[in-house]
Amino acid sequence: MPPTDIGPPDYKTMLHPVIKSNYGKWRYHEILKPGVLKHVAESGEAIYTVRAGSPRLLSTDRIREICDIADKYCDGYLRFTSRNNIEFLLDDPRKIDSLIDELETKNYPIGGTGHSISNVVHTQGWVHCHTPATDASGPVKAVMDELYDYFTEMKLPAHVRIALACCLNMCGAVHCSDIAILGIHRTVPKPDNSLVPNLCEIPTTVASCPTGAVRGDMKNKTVIVDEDKCMYCGNCYTVCPAMPIADPSNDGISIWVGGKVSNARSAPMFSKLVIPYLPNNPPRWPEVVQAVKNIVEVYAANARKHERLGEWIERVGWERFFTLTGIPFTDKHIDDFDMAIETFRTSAQFKWR
Amino acid sequence: MANNSETPLLDQLEEGRWPSFVKEIKQAAQKKPMAEDLLRQLELSYKEKIGHWKHGGIVGVKGYGGGVIGRYSDRPDLFPNVQAFHTLRVNHPTGWFYKTDALRTLCDIWDKHGSGLTNLHGSTGDAILLGTTTEHLQPCFDDLSNAGFDLGGSGSALRTPSACVGPGRCEWACIDSLDICNSLTLEFQDEIHRPMFPYKFKIKISACANDCVAAIARADLTVIGTWKGNIRIDQKEVAAYADSGLDIQKEVCNLCPTHCMTWNGKELKIYDEDCTRCMHCINLMPKALRQGEEKGATILIGAKAPIVEGALLSWVIVPFMKMEPPYEELKDLIIKIQDWWSENARSRERLGELIKRMSMRKFLRAVGLPPVPQMIKAPRTNPYVFFWPEEINRPEGKEEK
Repeated sequence: MPPTDIGPPDYKTMLHPVIKSNYGKWRYHEILKPGVLKHVAESGEAIYTVRAGSPRLLSTDRIREICDIADKYCDGYLRFTSRNNIEFLLDDPRKIDSLIDELETKNYPIGGTGHSISNVVHTQGWVHCHTPATDASGPVKAVMDELYDYFTEMKLPAHVRIALACCLNMCGAVHCSDIAILGIHRTVPKPDNSLVPNLCEIPTTVASCPTGAVRGDMKNKTVIVDEDKCMYCGNCYTVCPAMPIADPSNDGISIWVGGKVSNARSAPMFSKLVIPYLPNNPPRWPEVVQAVKNIVEVYAANARKHERLGEWIERVGWERFFTLTGIPFTDKHIDDFDMAIETFRTSAQFKWR
Repeated sequence: MANNSETPLLDQLEEGRWPSFVKEIKQAAQKKPMAEDLLRQLELSYKEKIGHWKHGGIVGVKGYGGGVIGRYSDRPDLFPNVQAFHTLRVNHPTGWFYKTDALRTLCDIWDKHGSGLTNLHGSTGDAILLGTTTEHLQPCFDDLSNAGFDLGGSGSALRTPSACVGPGRCEWACIDSLDICNSLTLEFQDEIHRPMFPYKFKIKISACANDCVAAIARADLTVIGTWKGNIRIDQKEVAAYADSGLDIQKEVCNLCPTHCMTWNGKELKIYDEDCTRCMHCINLMPKALRQGEEKGATILIGAKAPIVEGALLSWVIVPFMKMEPPYEELKDLIIKIQDWWSENARSRERLGELIKRMSMRKFLRAVGLPPVPQMIKAPRTNPYVFFWPEEINRPEGKEEK
């Protein structure tokens, strides 16, 4: 019987010798060019990093190819970033260019450093999730095909972090992203009254609703959804499989902007809704790609250096954001959940456009 | 082949410059019928604009209550090879550092037992082995365990803790995020593998306020490295940055959120008592500016995504905690927090939501933390103030009810 509760392999056994001997004693770093970092230790030793993009969903053959490359140039040492990039770690700067050549020949994008668009953090979508309102890998691929040069170059005012979640559960931290792509449902869940009594616990299902839209129907041992109160979060479906919410002709994508997690300059911020709904249009989601590209380009043309998307909007105002991007403002942008009133304007200070 | 492909929609995602996940699935499909049926089912989803995975399904390995996500196709008639397509969450080496032999071992095990498809990595940080049958779960776990790997958390458990690269490769690390993460992971194996909480609980550790693992946005317990004392300035290096084209007045001083710096063209001055340690100036001039020497962490709690009651960012509860192995103070605090949460939360109520419902006042008293101004943006503006019974004067001889 193999052991349980052993925990992960000890990360110390995975560290490059230069990292091991300079652990915790780093002095400074430089970005030599997009995708290439040099970290210098107090000892004077340096570790070089070449950062490559990845689709996150990887075959074992691809991982072996990545290993072959890391064996050839990096003595077998590599790591992955919190945004699913691959980082090849080397101590010999003379190998950097040939490593990059080989990676580029094999179609790995090199970049994601500094003022770039790094890899898109995303969820499973139709590949493996049971509650998705859209796919994840597909829209990400389509968006990054279009924004590719922003990954391989560092030409933006600041970092732009894009994330995608295929439903409101948000397995990724999309709610604090510069640009969040979020799958949404727009129609109420439909309880299957023949299945609810067997599959679902009624009090739990009723309690799962944040707006009190789900009521018990004790006589028929099922639940009733109040269409006026339901905002399609899908939480009831998570606890009660007999009330599916997916609706191919109404599910789609919403776009949120201006979030950040870093404390640099401004405090961490939530992303805010800017486009309430775009249709699911596989395989390339052209409306979503166009919307994201437009926001990136308007930001790039107008923000000051070091200003994150949300910081730029806070400076110029949401009135200006909607004017510059041409995104229509609707009643859906005005909050009506529990903290709504905090977002209403309580001064006579605003811009005309 | 191209014009009579079974997957004309997905084929379009093989084009374009960004690496294609469709190519990955097709690569795996050359060896694995399971990956082939995944591709065909995904094509149907692309055609019908709807997912084809059934809801839930409880599967697992002996001795554990989590780490495996059960998944079944809702069209096993069309795609029999993904009738069951379960996922294993494999706890990643802290910091996502690998030696290639470890990755190759994972690949060999997964080729033997599963679809040959993975995520490096999932949102919780685990290495995700994507898709296998129920019969293969236990043998796969056995092989993983014999090779030194273990499963991560899922369900109402402590999820796999994760940490930024920290002292492994970053001069800004104020704490040993990797060691803290690893130490907590080993300490709380039971909480990770045997779900016993009201809902999920996440711990994420960033070694500085840049917060590369988004700890403040998505961890019930957030650890962020910080410092006390003055930022150490190397004036020669500041001048070198200025010479190399950095506009120190405009890009550094003017963007400082507390305006606690001045630059006269020769000397940079920092009024440290006003500094809130946001990292902006240090980010721009890593060679010239170093954090103060007394290092530790700020502990925050409560962050989560929207479900159920709306998204939350973490709140400061301990402005400064020293972080030295074996991290007893942090571990004790975590246990106290989880005890209070387990005792008081409703089913599927995250820590932040519980505090919102029951009040920070009660939480602080329960875990024994003193209220300090660092916890708030501003004091309350409403007069609806609660007092503790012992704070109220009562007529002598009358017992409090």
